[in-house]
Amino acid sequence: MTSFALPRGLDRPRIADALQRYGVYGAVLALLVFNGIFTDHFLTADNLRTQLVQVAPVVIVALGMALVIGTEGVDLSVGSTMALSGALLPLYLGYGLLPSLLVALLAGVVVGLVNGSLVALVGLQPIVATLALFVGGRGLALVIADGQLKQIENTDLLSLGTDSVLGVPVVVLIAGVLAALVAGLVQRTTFGRQLVAVGGNRKAAALAGLPVRRVLIGVYVICGVLAALAGVLATARLTASDPSSLGNLMELSAITAVVVGGTPLTGGSVRVLGTVFGALLMQLLHATLVTHDLHDSTAQMVQAGIILVAVYVARERRAR
Amino acid sequence: MKSLVNPAPPAPAGPPPPLTVAAEPRPGGRQRAAELLQRQGVLAVLVLLCVISSFLFSSFATLDNTRGITIQASFLSVVALGMTLVIVTGGIDLSVGSVFALGGVVAAWASQYGFLPALLLPLVVCGAIGTVNGLLVAKAGMAPFIVTLASLLGARGLLLALTHEGARTYLVPRGSAFQKLGGGAVWGFGYPVLIALALFGLGGLVLQRTSFGQALFAVGGSGDAALLMGLPVARTKVLVYTLSGLLAGFAGALNAARLSSGVTIIGVGMELDAISAVVIGGTLLVGGAGSVSGTLWGVLLLGVIQNLINQIGSLNSSYQSVVSGGFLIVVVVAQRYLSAARRGT
Repeated sequence: MTSFALPRGLDRPRIADALQRYGVYGAVLALLVFNGIFTDHFLTADNLRTQLVQVAPVVIVALGMALVIGTEGVDLSVGSTMALSGALLPLYLGYGLLPSLLVALLAGVVVGLVNGSLVALVGLQPIVATLALFVGGRGLALVIADGQLKQIENTDLLSLGTDSVLGVPVVVLIAGVLAALVAGLVQRTTFGRQLVAVGGNRKAAALAGLPVRRVLIGVYVICGVLAALAGVLATARLTASDPSSLGNLMELSAITAVVVGGTPLTGGSVRVLGTVFGALLMQLLHATLVTHDLHDSTAQMVQAGIILVAVYVARERRAR
Repeated sequence: MKSLVNPAPPAPAGPPPPLTVAAEPRPGGRQRAAELLQRQGVLAVLVLLCVISSFLFSSFATLDNTRGITIQASFLSVVALGMTLVIVTGGIDLSVGSVFALGGVVAAWASQYGFLPALLLPLVVCGAIGTVNGLLVAKAGMAPFIVTLASLLGARGLLLALTHEGARTYLVPRGSAFQKLGGGAVWGFGYPVLIALALFGLGGLVLQRTSFGQALFAVGGSGDAALLMGLPVARTKVLVYTLSGLLAGFAGALNAARLSSGVTIIGVGMELDAISAVVIGGTLLVGGAGSVSGTLWGVLLLGVIQNLINQIGSLNSSYQSVVSGGFLIVVVVAQRYLSAARRGT
């Protein structure tokens, strides 16, 4: 492609490439600078801590979603999984934190196994395979919780949501550690390389003798466990388990974070740091719009615009 | 139901199929049975469920209950009709729930100016959203999933802006012609039910009998092949998303007329109900195959399940989504194996 107004080496695909690669970091930085100048009390430790605590569950879910999208899949059931783990959590708190935590996370494993098996063994499209648990999962959570909101009184669990270590909230620490772990998984392990290969070209991966089915099931299980963990942490922070609202629309937030972070929906690549910043960007954007007295409605429309721009830029790059 | 889920045993290795294109091998008995099951399986389940329920619950097979189920189902069915057409082209429209709610609010607001504005304005607004979806999918080559996800957010935002962040509710004037459109009935069957039936008849004709319908199947089967055949692929896609927006907006307007107000909090998650109904009805999400009648049975089946759970009474309403979700898994897995059996693999 030739371009007339631009100097050599700055043709359109290359700009699109750079935009897709670094745009999300630039946008976060720009938002921080803008708020530093125009918004009072925005760049304070307290406010930034609040923003990070709010975004932590989205980051954790989006990490799993990024892996799934890396295999050219999508997981619609993450919000329902959060509700499910949140509903299971109070049932076993009487035996202590650890057993109830294990049961809650086990729900994520089971959800992941069902989704993964439907995708890998039955051969369903990911969107259909995960739609069933999106529909049924929240209902199951409501059935388990008898449709009721339950207050959490276990102090160990509550401290997960409220404690800080050296001024950094525990939930934020957990999200950070998980992001590092997932990045390591993608870049440094055989599983990570297999995942990217399966997402890039499943047939080629199968012909090359990669364990395609095992990789796919593994990815959905990881996504389910991360969503379940996000459900636990969100429940701890809210000090109550509310299966009817916990994780509502989370699948959309997570997909948005992944896509805005530069991971293509067509699979074959996972941008972990981009995903974290994608979630941060949407969170900061919402906070900025709301503190400047723009309504929720405007915030939503701006959000929609950002998603379209991010995907359009990604398309430009693919078309090269 | 059990036989549906069992994977079909591999077909016996017959003589190799002839290599000429014209002489397609005659489908064997098993293939034909699989095809019939795939086409009419949902209808069979629906009929079976209705027969069993009318024996179990004396209040099920009454005229009143039937009227209730059909009016409930009519709004979702109109939305699902548009969704069927989009899915046949291999696309998806996640924005229909927001567009449904938006159409209702716009119609309720416009109803103060008379019947025609109340009917036309939501069609203009929602049709425009559909057209934008279609243009972004067809001309900009963006993934339908993401484009319509953005308009899900955008349309909901527009709706909130129109209603002062959901604080204002627009009411349909009492006794107006527009209110009668939603509230009126023939032999107790509400106008929305009759309108939905008419739309489905029309939709079936368009899909099966017109070149536009054939183009939808061709585009969904293989976009590249459709292009090579000289079909206007981009125009077909833009049209189909526009239709989906129009139908969702129209359903929203009908619902507002029924409720006599533009409710802002409805339609959340409706896109997934519509997709469920379409999938249960046998339309393949990969595109290229499907029917509007299947979607109608799918919507009714979801409605009957909901009604039954209400009839049982002691069951809490959360069971509805558990049953629907479980049913969805059974159906899609069955579809998968039936497709394999049909191909004789």
